[in-house]
Amino acid sequence: MLPIDPTKKISFSRIVCDGDLVIVYERHDNMKAVKVCQDSVLQNRFGVFKHSDWIGKPFGSKVFSNKGGFIYLLAPTPELWTLVLSHRTQILYIADISFVVMYLEIVPGCLVLESGTGSGSLTTSLARAVAPTGHVYTFDFHEQRAASAREDFEKTEVCNLVTVGVRDIQGEGFPEEFSGLADSVFLDLPQPWLAIPSAAKMLKPDGALCSFSPCIEQVQRTCDTLISKFTDIRTFEVLLRTYEVQEVRMNCSQGDGGNLGSLIRKRRRHSGKGNNVQDNLSSPTVMARPCSEAKGHTGYLTFARLKCLS
Amino acid sequence: MSQNKSQAGTIQNPRVTWEGCSVLLDINDGDRLVFARLSAAATLKIGNKNFSLQPLIGCPFGSSFQIENGDKGPFLSRFVASMEGNNAQEKEDFESQEISKDNRALVDNNKAQSLTGEDIDAMRRQGATGDEIVDALIANSATFEKKTLFSQEKYRLKKQKKYAPKVLLRRPVARSICEAYFKKYPARIGFLRVDTLSLLLSMANVSANSDVLVVDMVGGLLTGAVAERLGGTGYVCGTYLGVTPYPMDIVRIFNFSDEVCNRIVRSALTELSLTQTVTLEQIHQQENELNMECLSNPQMSSSVSMEEISPSEKEITVPVPENAISLVNKMGKSTKAGNKASQQAIELWKENGFSSLIIAAPELDIWSLLQDILPLLSNSAPFAIYHQYLQKYAKDLISCHGMLHRLPCLTPA
Repeated sequence: MLPIDPTKKISFSRIVCDGDLVIVYERHDNMKAVKVCQDSVLQNRFGVFKHSDWIGKPFGSKVFSNKGGFIYLLAPTPELWTLVLSHRTQILYIADISFVVMYLEIVPGCLVLESGTGSGSLTTSLARAVAPTGHVYTFDFHEQRAASAREDFEKTEVCNLVTVGVRDIQGEGFPEEFSGLADSVFLDLPQPWLAIPSAAKMLKPDGALCSFSPCIEQVQRTCDTLISKFTDIRTFEVLLRTYEVQEVRMNCSQGDGGNLGSLIRKRRRHSGKGNNVQDNLSSPTVMARPCSEAKGHTGYLTFARLKCLS
Repeated sequence: MSQNKSQAGTIQNPRVTWEGCSVLLDINDGDRLVFARLSAAATLKIGNKNFSLQPLIGCPFGSSFQIENGDKGPFLSRFVASMEGNNAQEKEDFESQEISKDNRALVDNNKAQSLTGEDIDAMRRQGATGDEIVDALIANSATFEKKTLFSQEKYRLKKQKKYAPKVLLRRPVARSICEAYFKKYPARIGFLRVDTLSLLLSMANVSANSDVLVVDMVGGLLTGAVAERLGGTGYVCGTYLGVTPYPMDIVRIFNFSDEVCNRIVRSALTELSLTQTVTLEQIHQQENELNMECLSNPQMSSSVSMEEISPSEKEITVPVPENAISLVNKMGKSTKAGNKASQQAIELWKENGFSSLIIAAPELDIWSLLQDILPLLSNSAPFAIYHQYLQKYAKDLISCHGMLHRLPCLTPA
């Protein structure tokens, strides 16, 4: 998934091969991860798609089913992976993930500690950020989920950058071997305050910590614990608002003295030949409005820096 | 390269300042933010005095400094904040103060404080520290005791900011630089907020070994943020319409190593879009000629008239002198970011395509730009566009809806 291996880098010449992971795009909100296999087929509402038709095609291609329906084959990225991975636990989405990577100042070469691994959504993006010389050590207390995460990291080929450990960080803290070596620590635990003292030992001075909690009471308690060894404590909530964009033609032909009449909404159909402009409508304006269904609260992100005490 | 992993991290982003490095000074918890370059001669003005920044050299990022009195006058001195064990005490005090306090007895006639300005100056001359002055002010305030704990704390903080200011040494990275500019000069960065910047970087899948194309009209902040994520691998190519590259000053604040700087290049859109290709032999021949001319001709003006490196039919005068200058610089100075992209790199991008594209260009017409620029992207490459105003962006989005047959479009916030 990551372009560390030059043969895997997306390019005009790279084609879909047997064994590749592709993201099958049906709609912007309907995608799935598929491992390409010479003899396999994909069945969905658009028909039956033979994998063998995909092999040899460039990524980004539109491919057709036996019924003439189509899908797109996209190259996987951590963002797309977050949208298609199987949820063993509740995951973090793009808005939170982007902000965490930025605010924890994660760059290539960093050593990052994470607990818990969950479904590996954030972990995959952390791997991208530290590549190729850094490493992510992630821990989960659930043995089965840790194993599923390891499988996923093999699938997405980030296993060289991620090590999954089975450990109860709330109870035992992070392993001593990482003391003073971590550039950043990320916590997604039900009682993060229990892990704060250990996190403080792991971090380099001025290193960054982030704790993700859905409830404000958890945030409060975390901040109380952070105050002794950390500074710059800030809590954020990141909300992504999507907009619906349409072209609207105002009907000005009839109406009494200045009334605008009805708005005729028309989804613009792209045609290379140009617009079909109707005579009694004035030129279109583009309107944008927030989508009626917006994604809601996920959690609060609390950031802090380890004080320089020497 | 046989560095172990934790060392590699330190070299990429050093945690201790050095002579000549750029820093972000945070005065009084974000009240004032100043970018500075540490040198023996550098100073910072606090109040009406200039303080040398020399004491900051060699200190870890994240250290705090306060004003202390020395033989040669007041200077900045590093202090280490004690761990706050008195937190518990404060909470007890708060809870025991059940007597309700209010402001009925307070009169705003400026007579509550008995210390005068001259008294304070005298204290200073006698070598009193900032904290001692603050304590003295509190002791000499007739109304202090009558205030609530909350109000007392507020008063103390206010006096500390004035008489005992603190300077925090921050590391200039994408996050801190973006936040500082957003606070101080948001127009210079097109009002690009740090969470939006983070989304652009994620959506465009910026990672090591990527070749990222950017149209950066936000002062170089975007270019710098991308370069930071590339970590000295891949390329970030800043492209521009016309012949003049967009300014990239903010890149210099990042403290990038030479490896990273070498990866930040520029190329006019016309150059990237050319269909004619030049063989590698021709390129090498031209570069060799340029080398020889430059070494024997120290005058820059004469080097402009010689052969162009690019195969372009259009005469692009700006990039050629830059190339000449960068060759001379190799004889001693560190690499400057933003050199013209080499012909080899351009050919490689034409062959493989860019891995992704980010546009942050408040003044440009995105639709027409996209028509020219999207063909430069690899198959299935993501791209992200930032615009401050929804309406302008929405208009262009409608136009490019039809173009998106092969490339996934991820809408930024």
